[in-house]
Amino acid sequence: MISVLAPLPVLLPLLGAAGNLLVGRHPRTQRAVSLVVLTAVLVVSVVLLLQADSSGATAISVGGWPVPLGIVLVVDRLSALMLVVASTVALGVLWFAVGQGSADGSEETPLSIFHPTFLVLIAGVSNAFLAGDLFNLYVGFEILLMASYVLLTLGGSAPRVRAGITYVVVSLTSSLIFLAAIGLIYASTGTVTMAQLATRLGELPAGMQLLLQSMLLIAFCIKAAVFPLSAWLPDSYPTAPAPVTAVFAGLLTKVGVYAIIRTQTLLFPGGGLDDLLMWAGLATMVMGILGAVAQTDIRRMLSFTLVSHIGYMVFGIALGTTAGLAGAIFYVAHHIAIQTSLFLVAGLIERQGGSTSVNRLGGLAKRSPMLAVLFFVPAMNLAGIPPFSGFIGKLGLLQAGVADGSPLALTVVAGGVVTSLLTLLAVARVWTRAFWRPATQEPLDDTAAAAASDAGAQAREPAPVGTGERSADMSARKAAWSAAWQRHEQVATAAPGVPATRAASVRALRPLRPLPGVMVGATAVMVTLTVSLTGIAGALYGYTDRAAHDLLDRTAYIDAVFYGHVPAKEGE
Amino acid sequence: MTPTVVFPVIIGGLYTAGVYLLLDRSLTRVLVGFLLLGNATNLLLLSTGGYRGLAPILGYAEPDRMSDPLPQAFILTAIVITFGISAFVLAMIHRSWALARNEAVANDEEDRRVAGRHDTDADELDPDLLAPEDRPAGHSDSLSARRRTGADLTELADDVTLPLSGDER
Repeated sequence: MISVLAPLPVLLPLLGAAGNLLVGRHPRTQRAVSLVVLTAVLVVSVVLLLQADSSGATAISVGGWPVPLGIVLVVDRLSALMLVVASTVALGVLWFAVGQGSADGSEETPLSIFHPTFLVLIAGVSNAFLAGDLFNLYVGFEILLMASYVLLTLGGSAPRVRAGITYVVVSLTSSLIFLAAIGLIYASTGTVTMAQLATRLGELPAGMQLLLQSMLLIAFCIKAAVFPLSAWLPDSYPTAPAPVTAVFAGLLTKVGVYAIIRTQTLLFPGGGLDDLLMWAGLATMVMGILGAVAQTDIRRMLSFTLVSHIGYMVFGIALGTTAGLAGAIFYVAHHIAIQTSLFLVAGLIERQGGSTSVNRLGGLAKRSPMLAVLFFVPAMNLAGIPPFSGFIGKLGLLQAGVADGSPLALTVVAGGVVTSLLTLLAVARVWTRAFWRPATQEPLDDTAAAAASDAGAQAREPAPVGTGERSADMSARKAAWSAAWQRHEQVATAAPGVPATRAASVRALRPLRPLPGVMVGATAVMVTLTVSLTGIAGALYGYTDRAAHDLLDRTAYIDAVFYGHVPAKEGE
Repeated sequence: MTPTVVFPVIIGGLYTAGVYLLLDRSLTRVLVGFLLLGNATNLLLLSTGGYRGLAPILGYAEPDRMSDPLPQAFILTAIVITFGISAFVLAMIHRSWALARNEAVANDEEDRRVAGRHDTDADELDPDLLAPEDRPAGHSDSLSARRRTGADLTELADDVTLPLSGDER
């Protein structure tokens, strides 16, 4: 049965995307199709997870070709878990997006494009998790990247195009390095099937192994945003629409982490480059969180914490022990859920407060207690406060680091503790400023900052193509800017008499737009899920422990590919 | 089989030129650089196929005289992917040109702002009192209600006495 189910997480979203394109003029049908498809994928993934846990890894050769020739899909404990988490998150985000779409109409996000692209993205992610050979992994990456290019530049506004360009160029570079690595691996071993590579790569000269491993790791570290290669992420993620940022933050970097796990355990199990990875993990944690502390924009702050916490997973992988890997896998599952929820909440904050800059927000706890709870719980979870899964994940990783006992590992453990504290600082600053300070401190609509900011936004509105309109646009832009400057002058020169000017200019608070129930509901469900990770932490940790055991053992994976449903072990 | 020097030289040359162009600010050059890099990688894949042989069709050639078909399948896939992405990048270049009359890679304003902030704790201050460059950039293309209305421009232009030119103050 598993052989029927395994291709479905890739196949269903692709078929759904095709269907969505056909019914592009009926948003209602599109939503229904997407929701049904993703629910089905979630169900299939759960079945696969149960199967993989009870009967071990299974391989399916697509199209019935014998193994080293055809394409193999492999379901083992790791990939099944990743599938379940990914499809859960995708479903939650889709629900949020549906809520946003029906609240906004389709003026902001062209829905007819959003739904098919989103499904293609999920197909690519699933394909990457299931891929049993390197080239199929590459194809999975390309599918998800292509979809992500479209989603990131949705609507084609100037900030998004700017962010999208960085993202596309960096992703292209990483893909080319990966492809070149595949070429070299094929030239030196004559295969790209991972199970076969697992035995053949070890026979290569040490220098060649090092070259191939570092090429793969560089390519995957770019995708996973590991420190020296992470600068693209905070640059490009924050401008996208809220649901898109949420799903990117949750899933895309984790696909890179997944690929790093496979590289370090299945392909190059000797622990080569582990020290380097550990340094990279430490640098990722510390540099990422220092960046986060400096930010005043919530989404950028979250993007930097995303980079920072990738460091924990890299650390767990670099330890190379069962405990380290188990902790890393648990942390991946936790982090996917938590980052997605936080970015969804940031989307709600932007809706409610009109901004994501903590300088312009205030009093949200009073104005919207529900939103405050929705932010506070995952924020504490991210920082690793005890009852939550973030604490359990970090504790597992730090214990694994202490058990390892080498000076380097202990240094990274110390770095991990500091990072955790700084994460608390970063989220607490958002909490105190955006939620807890009185709303009267909030710069009101009439301040120079607001005017300048809005004029800036105006100035970046798409310029109509056409010379006459263009000059009109330029003069309007100039007028807006000089108006903003005038206001700034007024406010600045009137500084001593601020109370009077303020009193004159203070209007009633902007009336609250009620948050759409579907969006709040979707976010609440995601937050509840992150909390409930604590409840199932025992079972989940046991599962990741078994998954880590499988990964280090390798025979389960290799045997599954060569003996599973395959007629014969076709040799060379 | 004799190793050929032509492949490495061409591949190396393409990689060099491609990386050079990729580092440029102009998007068109970046695109051309990407195309060169893509072709270099395709040639690299082609060269992994080993010696030249006959077309790998059963009945046409003996299996031991066939050339390796797998790298060619890889290349076909890679070409299709490169083609799709090039089209997308071209569309982005066009969009960037339409928006800003500019096709260069732009700076991240918010990043510059955070890096250039004078006061390390600038966000503790009232934005009104900050120097203009220290204020948050209008970064997010936000869902702000003010922007939706579209009435801002006239409203902004009306309520100030305009405008002193720069050198008068």
